[in-house]
Amino acid sequence: MSTEFDARSHVAHMEKVMGLTIEEDWRPVVEAHIAAIEKAAALVQSFPLEEETEAAPVFEA
Amino acid sequence: MSGSTDITAMTAAEIAKAVTGGGLSATEVVKASLAQIDKRNPAVNAFTDVTADAALADARKIDEAVAGGTRLPLAGVPFAVKNLFDIEGVVTRAGSKINRGNAPAKSDATLVQHLRRQGAVLMGGLNMGEYAYDFTGENVHDGNCLNPHDLGRMSGGSSSGSGAAVASGMVPVSLGSDTNGSIRVPSSFCGLFGLKPTYGRLSRHGTYPFVGSLDHLGPMARSAADLSLVFDALQGADPNDPAQAARPALATHEKIGHGADGLRIAVAGGYFREKAEPEALAAVDAVARALGVSAEIDIPEAARARAAAYVITSAEGANLHFDRISLRPGDYDPDTRDRFLAGTMVPAVWVEQAQRFRSWFRERMRKIFEEVDILLAPATPFSALPSGTKTITLDGVTMPARPNIGLFTQPVSFIGLPVVAAPVWLEGALLPIGVQVIAPAWREDLALRVAAELEQAGVCRAPIAT
Repeated sequence: MSTEFDARSHVAHMEKVMGLTIEEDWRPVVEAHIAAIEKAAALVQSFPLEEETEAAPVFEA
Repeated sequence: MSGSTDITAMTAAEIAKAVTGGGLSATEVVKASLAQIDKRNPAVNAFTDVTADAALADARKIDEAVAGGTRLPLAGVPFAVKNLFDIEGVVTRAGSKINRGNAPAKSDATLVQHLRRQGAVLMGGLNMGEYAYDFTGENVHDGNCLNPHDLGRMSGGSSSGSGAAVASGMVPVSLGSDTNGSIRVPSSFCGLFGLKPTYGRLSRHGTYPFVGSLDHLGPMARSAADLSLVFDALQGADPNDPAQAARPALATHEKIGHGADGLRIAVAGGYFREKAEPEALAAVDAVARALGVSAEIDIPEAARARAAAYVITSAEGANLHFDRISLRPGDYDPDTRDRFLAGTMVPAVWVEQAQRFRSWFRERMRKIFEEVDILLAPATPFSALPSGTKTITLDGVTMPARPNIGLFTQPVSFIGLPVVAAPVWLEGALLPIGVQVIAPAWREDLALRVAAELEQAGVCRAPIAT
């Protein structure tokens, strides 16, 4: 995540992967939202977690 | 009690006492609530489904039971629920167009059952932001829910009707859901006491989900005592909610008057003192002064906590909605549609990192709660925004309004801590604003006691909007 995130390319690729329909007038807003999510994810991703830090699943077998 | 106005001004505790004592009938209370809904709802748009006939039938049964000597802790107390709660015979809209094509619910949600069993009377379903992905109270399908204190402003969301119905005196108590702040935001904007309990405390069975790993349910009311009365009634083990923790019930109402003496309280600093308008900080300071609190504790990595909740919400919410957003995107509210579409495109690595960070942040907050019993923080960065506001500017940074109204609530629910949103009216203010009273996990009683003390001191209050 060190390179500049290209929201337009990401949306164009993922809409095909996921089989989505995105009208052209929705597209800039969808791109803005994934860009905001990427920014948030980058902040979390840049935090050095110990490898033993695990998610806390609710699932119990 | 003479007229319906007097009845609608009563707290839940006062109603239950009067109905139990025979001074008032549940039927009179329900009729007063229905009259207030008729009077106020056309302007406020809090209710989407009024179940009048069922409410009157319930009231008659309660009157008979009380006359026969049955004791019910919530006898005759009218309440209403966000329309993502199942109500038997009513379609669970979850604020959407799509879900109203579903069959009516076959039974009530668990929490609705708990309250009805204890004598409360369900008045109907309440407006909400579509699929709970909202902080504004705006909804393109059912119309915007407006703030009873100023009809030109947002009620806050996504439990918008839950806030507006209580603030306008239609019901003394409502239930809402809170994934990232959706009880605390409308409590702040509408000037109410709102409780988001510990994650895993209350059953969510029979409610439409949003983000399973972050979804909470809880009550909103016009007094801290009512909040605790209802919270106690909502508790109980339910095998149908896989996330409900195996914890004993916590009796909070009997301790509500114990006050804040002896509790170690601090103001949350750092992140919680930035990106806030003056009224938000002034409200926290007023509460701190009233409690004699001067300590401030920095909450490390709160911005990352908020960011991680943001990522999890986008991906988990989009997963839940994937079939619908793939096949019927045009039937969504445009304000949620584009967020759900974006959420389908989130790499798994981002989500897993956010969930792992959640464990780290929980450990840090546990350490902080070894030093203090209560933290105080703003509930929202500002009082209710004018309806239709699309962007906000905080600390010189302009950002979209809808996702950012909850920037102070989101880091707290991220790790499931219990919070009471307590309403403050600053001197000369025309609008209320909430303060979060945050307690350690499983200690809702502490937050409720502090809120009650603030109410007793006159710093927090929740008047009906006139």
